[in-house]
Amino acid sequence: MEKYAVFVPKLVTKRENFAPGHRACTGCGEALAVRLACKALGQNVIIVSATGCMEIVSSPLPYTSWRVPWIHTLFENTGAVASGIEAGLKVIVRKGKRPAKEVKVVVMAGDGGTSDIGLQALSGALERGHDFLYVCLDNEAYMNTGIQRSSATPFGASTTTAPAGKMSIGQVTWKKNMPAIAAAHDIPYVATACPSYPFDLMAKVAKGAAIHGPAYVHILSVCPVGWRSAPDLTIRIGRLAVETGIFPLYEMENGKYKLSIDLPQLRPVQDYLKLQGRFRHLSEETIKEIQYRVNKEYAKLMEKVA
Amino acid sequence: MTTQRIGIEVSRAIAIAAKLANVDVVSAYPITPQTHIVEDIAELVADGELDAAYIPVESEHSAMSACLGASAVGARTFTATAGQGLELMHEVLYIASSMRLPVVMTVANRALSAPLSIWCDHSDVMAVRDTGWIQIFAANGQETFDNVLCAFRIAEDQRVLLPVMIHLDGFYLTHMVEPIYVPEQSKVDKFLPPYEYPLPLDPNKPITMGAFAPPNIYTETKKAQQANLTAAKEVILQCWREFGNFFGRYYSPVEGYRCEKAKVLLLVMGSLSETAMSAIDTLRDEGKEVGLIKLRLWRPFPFDEIRRAVRDAEVLIILDRALSFGGPAGPVCSEIRSALYNEDKKPKVISFVGGLGGRDISPDGFKEIINRGIEISQTGSEQEFEMFGVRE
Ligand SMILES: Cc1ncc(C[n+]2csc(CCOP(=O)(O)OP(=O)(O)O)c2C)c(N)n1
Ligand code: SF4
Ligand SMILES: [Mg+2]
Repeated sequence: MEKYAVFVPKLVTKRENFAPGHRACTGCGEALAVRLACKALGQNVIIVSATGCMEIVSSPLPYTSWRVPWIHTLFENTGAVASGIEAGLKVIVRKGKRPAKEVKVVVMAGDGGTSDIGLQALSGALERGHDFLYVCLDNEAYMNTGIQRSSATPFGASTTTAPAGKMSIGQVTWKKNMPAIAAAHDIPYVATACPSYPFDLMAKVAKGAAIHGPAYVHILSVCPVGWRSAPDLTIRIGRLAVETGIFPLYEMENGKYKLSIDLPQLRPVQDYLKLQGRFRHLSEETIKEIQYRVNKEYAKLMEKVA
Repeated sequence: MTTQRIGIEVSRAIAIAAKLANVDVVSAYPITPQTHIVEDIAELVADGELDAAYIPVESEHSAMSACLGASAVGARTFTATAGQGLELMHEVLYIASSMRLPVVMTVANRALSAPLSIWCDHSDVMAVRDTGWIQIFAANGQETFDNVLCAFRIAEDQRVLLPVMIHLDGFYLTHMVEPIYVPEQSKVDKFLPPYEYPLPLDPNKPITMGAFAPPNIYTETKKAQQANLTAAKEVILQCWREFGNFFGRYYSPVEGYRCEKAKVLLLVMGSLSETAMSAIDTLRDEGKEVGLIKLRLWRPFPFDEIRRAVRDAEVLIILDRALSFGGPAGPVCSEIRSALYNEDKKPKVISFVGGLGGRDISPDGFKEIINRGIEISQTGSEQEFEMFGVRE
């Protein structure tokens, strides 16, 4: 590992298109995901951000962290804004009003902006086949507004609008399978990623950007504030999400599924849950229920991979 | 091809105007009575008569959002909607104006649900009054066509860079076949030069668009926006003058009809003015000193022009096609009353609301409104405003 660290800077561009100095919290997984994604994307992009943590931490007037063209308009409309940019660019290049140049349109939106309020606009953009990459930064709740539950919040997690209490375990619904929903649009590329696996993440973002047509990359991003975890455990928690099978890393390319990391054996979910305050209240029984569900979902994925 | 006068449905004329403007992107969602406009544009694109991207989005929220994106890369962008569609766009409308994205939109004015009504009134317009768009009301097909062309020029003027709505009454105008002068392409090209957005999203020159404003800067951004919209009036006037010089038809923010020495004035917006004109004719024939004021420019509000137009009258009767539930008057009337309040010389202002949800007002109806308005000005009314034509 130490030896590898010596070579890392040689493998990755030093240029930070998502500049340091933004206001994300210490140990923010989303900020790391955005930074890595921007390294993978390079400069010939236009980024469309949804309202949410990454938009807020990066753009307080008169400052900006964006060294690439960037636009934010609203919370739920990134799919549509990207559609307009992509279609607009194509036509003005065709009409000779702008020099021809490959420019990739890339959306970055949170789990709320993706699987809840922005789902319709995203579905429309995927269905219409626009040539763009959609990156979902999934920290499993509405963090920007104070840790409210989303449909991507996992079963048993305590949030401010689905709090654990005497009569509740917190979230009582299972996490919406957003990558599967994206894949159901028959788009050419869907992948899951996590900044704890930086090279895998960058490779997937680069691949998604290079593919012609809609591509979707879903990035699990640890949020120490919302998950009530230690900021220095962000990378480890991300790895545990993968190693327990809670968040498997995979790719779907033209209908073919491929696991990104083959795990000989899954770790018990408890290893992941116990590092996070949002799961602290869970009983052994609930944890067993979660384990059962994770095994079942993982098996389903293995069937697709096979 | 030279200028032709053709009998054509107004919706179709709008599509032709968009084609003559050589729009780059049209993004729209169908809603009655706007459908013919966007169907015709889709057809022009499908037939290769217009080189544009037609994005058939999944909602009006997305229609306007896609317009934002297209406009931000420097594409000339057009859309159309009505009623519920305009409401669904609501929050997006503020983005277009606040981020200075010069989208052009025609609105086929339609009543708002519930109960569902596909027919005309101005409730949809009034709900988006304060969104920061330039808003122009058309009274007939030719005005609509001409002002769609003007809208692009106004919106894209470097001193303006604001989105423009052209309002036309649903069905009364959208579905009307009218003789319309359609100019030749070369003349339009001279009037409407190619569009160059000063700061498009471009990797060669990265910019940040849509940053958030802490309290120490938000007020200043809004002050700038207010100043920008107010100042746009000069450009609008200039555009209308030049349009007139080009095409021979002149427009103004406020237009009078038979207002000479009029003691009583009726004020309306939109297509009703055409009917109101014939009522004025009859009353003038009967020797009554009445005139009609058409309000064409709704935003930025033409304070000076309105004040001048009504100063010498004794009674000003305003007919609104929208309600401000529980409020002091129809929305247009409220604004005009407040614009006149501090004037030394001003008429009494009487408010009527009528023509809701497609209810017609005939020339006789207008006569009734005027006579009742005169009566109220002398004896007063028990209500803040009266609704015309309600069946008891
Ligand atoms: C129409 C609308 N509703 C609600 C909000 C308030 N809001 C802003 S960001 C946000 C949550 C964002 O959550 P997510 O998309 O998961 O991004 P995160 O902040 O977690 O990165 C909410 C509810 C809004 N801006 N617009
Ligand atoms: S709240 Fe969470 S996601 Fe938001 S900036 Fe802080 S750590 Fe990142
Ligand atoms: Mg989130």
